[in-house]
Amino acid sequence: MSYGLGILKGMSVTLKQFVESYTKKGSIVTVQYPEERREDVERFRNFPILVYDEKPEAPRCVACDICAKECPPKCITIVRDRDEQGRGLQKPKVFDIDLSVCMSCGICEEVCPFDAIFMDHQFELSAYDRMESLNYHQEKLLKPNSYLHQIRPTDATQIDAKLKAKEEAKKKTQPGTTA
Amino acid sequence: MFVIWLLVISRTEMDKPETTLDTQMLEVNIGPQHPSTHGVFRMNVTLDGETVVRLKPAMGYLHRNHEKIAEGASYLASMPFTDRLDYICSMTNNLAYAIAVEKLAGIEVPERAQYIRVIMAELTRLVNHTLLVGFLLNDLGAFFTPTLYAFREREKILDLFEATSGARMMCNYMRFGGVKADLHPGFMEKLKEIVENYPRFLDEFEKLLTENEILMSRCQHVGILPKHLAVDASATGPLLRASGVDYDIRKVDGYSIYPRFKFRVPLGSVGDVYDRYYVRILEMRESIKILEQAMKEIPPGEFISKQGATGAKSPRTFRPPKGDAYGRIESPKGELGFYLVSDGTPNPYRYHVRPPSFINLTILEDMCLGCKVADAIIILGSVDIVLGEVDR
Repeated sequence: MSYGLGILKGMSVTLKQFVESYTKKGSIVTVQYPEERREDVERFRNFPILVYDEKPEAPRCVACDICAKECPPKCITIVRDRDEQGRGLQKPKVFDIDLSVCMSCGICEEVCPFDAIFMDHQFELSAYDRMESLNYHQEKLLKPNSYLHQIRPTDATQIDAKLKAKEEAKKKTQPGTTA
Repeated sequence: MFVIWLLVISRTEMDKPETTLDTQMLEVNIGPQHPSTHGVFRMNVTLDGETVVRLKPAMGYLHRNHEKIAEGASYLASMPFTDRLDYICSMTNNLAYAIAVEKLAGIEVPERAQYIRVIMAELTRLVNHTLLVGFLLNDLGAFFTPTLYAFREREKILDLFEATSGARMMCNYMRFGGVKADLHPGFMEKLKEIVENYPRFLDEFEKLLTENEILMSRCQHVGILPKHLAVDASATGPLLRASGVDYDIRKVDGYSIYPRFKFRVPLGSVGDVYDRYYVRILEMRESIKILEQAMKEIPPGEFISKQGATGAKSPRTFRPPKGDAYGRIESPKGELGFYLVSDGTPNPYRYHVRPPSFINLTILEDMCLGCKVADAIIILGSVDIVLGEVDR
């Protein structure tokens, strides 16, 4: 006799959902994307950026190649800059990240000993061709420290404090060694 | 009335066995892109009319050379690749791999990290089972209403994952000796919200599905997997437990800190598709119990051990001693294990994955024999496979 009761019960659930989607606030969970946006999460990670302190010519990166070695899909290419005599400088000449290979795992950020590479929040990166416009060069990757503060305030403040402490420790030891 | 009578008559005419017509077996390829497979999977089915008489699964379309790549990479560099094995539950994949490496290198895990891991693993179980039930209903023809209800709830958990680890699905969160980062400040409130609301959602979900007559007639006594066969084929996870075998690695092995929690292991009695569905619903309820306990007991402290932190900072210096180790966990799909052999270098000498989906898939034919084609689809759906893990 009760055959069909289960279906009716189920129907009552869908009917409830249907009515609630018009009446109950917060029951629509989708976001109308280009107009509306979801709140930014601080730890969100998507594709790396390079950070510089004062000017883009002097990035924090010293071209140590650790991130390129540890990168699981090997999407980072680094060539160290050299002066006229051919001595190595503490900055990269080429720093390319192939975004079509990068899988946004964030390992480069973790292993970087100089706090130079960070994961970005930018995700609207569509391009017309696959090869060249997704291979990001140094100029496109470099972002000021203020940008990092904007996207990841807590992390950036912590790192600034850490770098400052390092600098001061260096200053303290240096006069002793020169004198 | 007349039409119905006619249909009944014609039906009985058709069912008469004394036919003089020659019949022929029909070989059909189902796939390689059937949506129920959650990936690219092909079934080579031989049919007698509508009945399955032979079924051969063909896999390998998604082979990515995961094991060999891992042998050439440092131990940590394989961690983001494990996310992509079973891409629905990346947290448990991370956990299994971390446990295997910790066994190999003998790394201790701090208390807080253990609790964080358990919380993440159980949330992943909720994600997986909710999603599976949704997709199973999709296979049954309830097109996308239950799936989207499931998606809605899953997204709340994924938001939590994103805020903690940085990514919704490819979490890459566990590290050897702990986790990558501590829980974010608002985590506990959000977790509490989820834990409080989830039983309500499950009640509603069950009201929609469990007693639905169509679901019952489609699922009950379909694709029965007998106890002995399940054990012989080394099936694990909800598939095995639906057949009535009490085997849950959380209980049997007691890895991490699971022995501290009080929870029960739901078992099925028949071993059909309906039991597999219902065991998963019950498992979700048990997961919520574990989450409640973990939430109460989680201590403050370190989220990664000192040794682990240095290993994560410079993966090339992380060299486990010579030897081998097998770490396994109860992933939402079954026993997920990693077998590692170390020769003292920064790369593993051998890296093997024991994926639950792959091994559970081996008894698909036995479950499908004698069933109709439409049943084969839902049986496949109820096994719960992810092709990223099957093919590796």
